[in-house]
Amino acid sequence: MSGSNPLAILFFFVFIALTLGVTYWAAKRTKTTEHFYAAGHGVTGFQNGLALAGDYMSAASFLGIAGLVALNGFDGLIYSTGWLVGWPIILFLIAEPLRNLGKYTFSDVVAYRLQQRPVRIAAVIGTMAVVLTYLIAQMVGAGTLIKLLFSLDYTLAVVIVGIVMMTYVLFGGMLATTWVQIIKACLLLGGAVVLAVLVLAQFGFNPTALFAKAAELNGKQVLEPGTKVVTGAWDAVSLGLALMFGTAGLPHILMRFYTVPDAKQARISVVWATIWIGGFYLITFVLGFGAMVLVGMKEVVGAGGGGNMAAPLLANAVGGSAFFGFICAVAFATILAVVAGLTLSGAAALSHDIWVNVVKGGQASEREQLKVARIAAVILGVCAIVLGIIFQGQNIAYMVGLTFSIAASANFPALVLAIFWRRFTTWGAVTAIVLGTVSTLVLLYCGPTIQVDILKNDIAEVSKQWVVLPAQESLPDHYDSVVSVGDRGLAAHAGTGCRGRLCRGGAPRHLGGIG
Amino acid sequence: MSTTDPVHAIAAKRWTIALVLSVLMLAIYFGFILLVAFGKGLLSILLTQGLSLGILLGALTIVSCWILSLIYVIWANRSYDQAVAQAIARTTTPAGRKP
Repeated sequence: MSGSNPLAILFFFVFIALTLGVTYWAAKRTKTTEHFYAAGHGVTGFQNGLALAGDYMSAASFLGIAGLVALNGFDGLIYSTGWLVGWPIILFLIAEPLRNLGKYTFSDVVAYRLQQRPVRIAAVIGTMAVVLTYLIAQMVGAGTLIKLLFSLDYTLAVVIVGIVMMTYVLFGGMLATTWVQIIKACLLLGGAVVLAVLVLAQFGFNPTALFAKAAELNGKQVLEPGTKVVTGAWDAVSLGLALMFGTAGLPHILMRFYTVPDAKQARISVVWATIWIGGFYLITFVLGFGAMVLVGMKEVVGAGGGGNMAAPLLANAVGGSAFFGFICAVAFATILAVVAGLTLSGAAALSHDIWVNVVKGGQASEREQLKVARIAAVILGVCAIVLGIIFQGQNIAYMVGLTFSIAASANFPALVLAIFWRRFTTWGAVTAIVLGTVSTLVLLYCGPTIQVDILKNDIAEVSKQWVVLPAQESLPDHYDSVVSVGDRGLAAHAGTGCRGRLCRGGAPRHLGGIG
Repeated sequence: MSTTDPVHAIAAKRWTIALVLSVLMLAIYFGFILLVAFGKGLLSILLTQGLSLGILLGALTIVSCWILSLIYVIWANRSYDQAVAQAIARTTTPAGRKP
């Protein structure tokens, strides 16, 4: 797929024009912080469900899983299920209290009964760690993908994504971001459904006929669990924990619950999101196996991008170059929408949590708050562009894994404990988040993903170091050390206790190629 | 607040249902993951031509997310919201309290 596809560029410009129009409309309505952060709490449950799906279904879901399934068969499906199961947990445990207790960010809920300053600073550390690592993954993914799809220069692609995304957030705030997510979710779901129908049409609309053909061409093992994605029992559990609880600790997802008017609409929005995202992941079964059969494993690998071209190539195979162009534009739109949501949640954390509640002690005028939020959005947008360029060629799968690991071991336990545990203390909350974030980073650095896969150290050398750092290998050791911290700290640690395996194990290693 | 407070009783019931459903979700998903890790032979069984038990259970895990979510939201929309509204109307505690 070398050479630029004029139709892809045309579709992309139509999307940009449409979303900038929405931004213009939203900008006229965004006058207060309530509008900027929460779209005036006027989004319906159904709309927010679509927007949540748009925020969540990154290019990793679409291109990454399709590629994983196309190349590995069954093993790729572990991600399709893992990335969905966090949603019912958000519904049962988090959505309603979050909406009832908070205002703009999830720190509002963690700090609800506690001392504002230390808890908010810690929560912003957790938020920024997730937002920045995820932004890097998305920007690097965008640059690589656009280079493949449109034959555009990497740096130019990253700058375009950064500027368009900043425009949405800066002028249109949450209202524009919400509608960008809704448009993107409709395009992505629509595109995936059409693609799946075109594939299934060649197999008499019978998915098992498609799977049977895949097994006939590539051997029965494509329908069976292999060893490529999950290498051991503990890796499987660790991967499951990271995917499941990571979802419930992503700040840009949590922030969306403030856009609806009440807890009932928050609840309804999660159900809609679960239906859309689950349906989409079921479709990835068909897209992945479709690419395996109709495009072929060799061609998918040969196209570059670590399997991420599977879905666009499939579109080309079943729908011709026009449909290929459409799917490419959808993939671009997908990245654009996700980075906008991330930037907005980062800006909210810096402005609402740090500036207003830590620096100003909760006293700041609307005008000042809006100004600071917009400055924060610009800073984050520039950071995203610069980091995207610096991290060119980095292992994106690792960054996405890092994001989910931090979210699962820092943000999620602090949030759940703040909601459930009346004796949760300021010290406990701060320890939970800071320790969760720092230990994830440190343990990931010590783990095989970095030491073996990225730094190319010998596995035997790494194993020697593990003797010095036993916590990452044995959870019991970890809990022993935690007991000494005492009652309050214990629960905070228990929440982050999964981190040893989370970081060492599967999560970061194989997550879909592009964030 | 005493524990006989009707609003608290309803809130406690909501947490019980939410926790039971969460445990079910965890059991289903980790059941599937543990089968992937330990039950390779079982998941490799072909039910029909092209459909292995693993693919079927993966799809059913997604469907179970839908079912559990729908069970919760239907209960919450029909019973919980109504019970909370009634309890708030009956109590003499100051307005504005959230369940």
